[in-house]
Amino acid sequence: MPLQEKAQIMDAEGIRRALTRISHEILEKNKGTQDLVLIGIRRRGVPLAQRIAAKIKEIEGTAVPLGMLDITLYRDDLSKLGYHPVLRKTEVPFSITDKKVVLVDDVLYTGRTVRAALDALMDLGRPQLIQLAVLVDRGHRELPIRADFVGKNVPTSRREIISVYLQEVDRIDKVVIDEPIV
Amino acid sequence: MKLKRKDVLGLQDLSAEEINLILDTAEPMKEILAREIKKVPTLRGRSVITLFYEPSTRTRTSFELAAKYLSADTASISVAASSVQKGESLRDTAKTIEVMGADVIIIRHSVSGAPHFLARTVNARVINAGDGAHEHPTQALLDMFTIKEKKGRFAGLKVAILGDITHSRVARSNIWGLTKLGAEVRVVGPPTLMPPFIQDLGVKVFYRCEEGLEDVDVINVLRIQLERQQKGLFPSIREYTRLFGLDEKKLRYAKPDVLVLHPGPVNRGIEISPEVQDGPHAAINEQVTNGVAVRMALLYLLMSGGEVNEIAS
Amino acid sequence: MKLLLKGGSVVDPLKERVLRLDVLVEEGKIAALAPQIEAPDAEIISIDERLVCPGFVDMHCHLREPGEEFKETILTGTRAAGRGGFTAVVCMGNTKPPADSRAVIEFMKRQVETAPVPVYPVGCATKERKGEELAEIGDLAEAGAIALSDDGNSIMSSEVMRRVLEYSRIFDLLVISHCEDRNLSGNGVMHEGFMSTLLGLRGIPRAAEEVHVARDLILAEMTGARLHIAHVSSAGSVQLIREAKSRGVRVTAEVAPHHLCLTDAAVQTFDTNTKVNPPLRTKHDIEALCAGLRDGTIDVIATDHAPHTAEEKEVEFNYAPFGISGLETAVPLMWEYLVTRGVLSPVELVQKMAFNPARILGLPERVIEVGKQAHLTVIDPHLKLPVRVKDFVSLGKNSPFDGWELQGWPVLIIVSGEAIYAERTGAGEKGD
Repeated sequence: MPLQEKAQIMDAEGIRRALTRISHEILEKNKGTQDLVLIGIRRRGVPLAQRIAAKIKEIEGTAVPLGMLDITLYRDDLSKLGYHPVLRKTEVPFSITDKKVVLVDDVLYTGRTVRAALDALMDLGRPQLIQLAVLVDRGHRELPIRADFVGKNVPTSRREIISVYLQEVDRIDKVVIDEPIV
Repeated sequence: MKLKRKDVLGLQDLSAEEINLILDTAEPMKEILAREIKKVPTLRGRSVITLFYEPSTRTRTSFELAAKYLSADTASISVAASSVQKGESLRDTAKTIEVMGADVIIIRHSVSGAPHFLARTVNARVINAGDGAHEHPTQALLDMFTIKEKKGRFAGLKVAILGDITHSRVARSNIWGLTKLGAEVRVVGPPTLMPPFIQDLGVKVFYRCEEGLEDVDVINVLRIQLERQQKGLFPSIREYTRLFGLDEKKLRYAKPDVLVLHPGPVNRGIEISPEVQDGPHAAINEQVTNGVAVRMALLYLLMSGGEVNEIAS
Repeated sequence: MKLLLKGGSVVDPLKERVLRLDVLVEEGKIAALAPQIEAPDAEIISIDERLVCPGFVDMHCHLREPGEEFKETILTGTRAAGRGGFTAVVCMGNTKPPADSRAVIEFMKRQVETAPVPVYPVGCATKERKGEELAEIGDLAEAGAIALSDDGNSIMSSEVMRRVLEYSRIFDLLVISHCEDRNLSGNGVMHEGFMSTLLGLRGIPRAAEEVHVARDLILAEMTGARLHIAHVSSAGSVQLIREAKSRGVRVTAEVAPHHLCLTDAAVQTFDTNTKVNPPLRTKHDIEALCAGLRDGTIDVIATDHAPHTAEEKEVEFNYAPFGISGLETAVPLMWEYLVTRGVLSPVELVQKMAFNPARILGLPERVIEVGKQAHLTVIDPHLKLPVRVKDFVSLGKNSPFDGWELQGWPVLIIVSGEAIYAERTGAGEKGD
């Protein structure tokens, strides 16, 4: 499906500011870094979680534990896909039991990825609480899920596609709205 | 990337790309095995049946755990070899299992080609868990996964397969897999246990350990079936152990960091000495763990990603 | 009853030529041969450029009766023979009970009375085909056994084989030998070679056949008996027979169509219809067998028709019985693989499938001459059809050739002056 870029909604500076704000909000809501852990959802949730962790270190001077979660095996659409999503390792090298877990992802859309991530987390332990941080919330939820920390709310139509580009993966920082060429 | 096939019957049929996909997928599966809760919901509602015409607690348990860790339902059927020709035919047994709703049938059989016959007969997917002296694809995959973990590559590696090559499905599957990924494979054993034209599979043949094991990176030691001696294929267990049993002396022909594998169960002190089996070079127990991971990867790749023949993205 | 075969080409295996001739058949005999015959009172069969050959003889088939009528009966087997273009068949004595007594041979002879095609039974060489004690060969000969053989049970004792050959001389009976050293073949299920290594199936080495061929040739030479080597499959056997013939040993030999058309590569799918004994060998062996056919080392092409049920064949490879249902594919296979590819001329094919087997067995001579018995096979050399196993009249559907498109089918046989059509005369079947 060929795509064309419709509009850029965030640039590098916008992403940086959004993450800085989210980092402050996380610290405020959790009253510091006590028991706090960050877990990024593969793939682009991981660099976002790393940036938030770095920001928190800058603000508070403490390093929060950082994990990476691959939710492929928890997806509810595996039998419908015509291909195998690339399976990557889940790397959470610490116990999440009784921790305050902040899940980090790039885009919140139907909520199904977050549902899968919640199930995956439950299999790793019993956290004290789980919060959700996303760079973009584009609406159209199919499950009763909401984000605790949002970089930007973007009203979209279903046929539009939100593409997040990050330096670590894509060599550029930006968020754009694409739409299929008809 | 997708495993574009209904069944996995042997490594002869798999491309290097497919083998790599399975090995890569086995890595995250191995991480699940290290968790406290060793279960993911991936294959919820799917059923996996093991149909074993040959006793093998090890392989069957490995497949069943792999399926269970992925949340599939499992059942096992064992058919005593003695009752095969009197009892229900494989065809009828398989049809029965299929109408009970099996998505995957994992078959072990003493006759080469039985899984191929089964795959033609049923619509369920079929995985070969060892057929006669033909193939044992998951064993070779777990051997290769272990080699990859320890050595990090296949290209240029010298791998010796030592023992009864004629009757070994493990040898054949390893030869297919390893040569496809660029390793140099040698087979070492007495001529009476060496099948004709094996060199045409792209391997070098050696009848003596001092030549065959020279400078190798990996030695895969095959189990010797003791009844072969009665059939006159070698003079005595004692002589076999002396000439082909892997002991510390023969290990010195190989590279200093040689990796020693054995598909198990081991005839302790016969094809491999206790010192080598329990020594620093052997990875025999890790092979067992890796076997579960590899089988999880295979089940996942076969059973997710839509129906066969659906258009891939 | 008169039959006039008009417009065909008549194959003469003796003078080695093909002539455009009409053939008049009267009272079971050839009554006239001429380029243009008019016979107003005869039933006219338009042959229209097809080949009129002396009647084909299959000197090696298994009709399973008595004892295994679920696989084949004398009636279904002879109907299959007729459809396959054969005007006579020789059936092996590996029945249940085996044809080691006068009673079994006489039973077969009685069953044959209703068969469309004459059947000549082979008596066993030893009691119960055990290879231990001689059967009552005199009794068998008197009852009508055409030859002696223990069929698939090769006689392992060289001493017993010697005595069989010696004793056969009383009646100058042909001894047909299935050459297999069963110690060497063991539990093998296919040719021993690269393919068996690849598939992990137990192999049967060429040596298993060749050791017995060599032994039997030496014993035939020693005893002066008439030896016929059944289904030669290996290059080495061809060479051994060639050498023996040049020394004057009284030996003849046959090859089966499947050994000329298939190699062990066909086993790769584990299709049990490729499981046959002796096993399918290699391209090298096929070349040697063809050379043997051309230089006369191999006298005969015989089907080794071995019908089995689907239930018996639809099992794991090792558990399936050996054998191919071959009567209904032999002629087109040989036409396609030998004649159209220039290995044999049509005349030579007729020698291998009609003239030679009849001569070796002492059957009515297979030549088309005035006064001879009218056993004829008509072949349409241009008819191209796929093999359709489901249309076999044999009960055995076990053929690896299903779906093969072949050219050169038999369309009609005449047995003792009576016409039997092969129900595939073209048109209607061609298109569907």
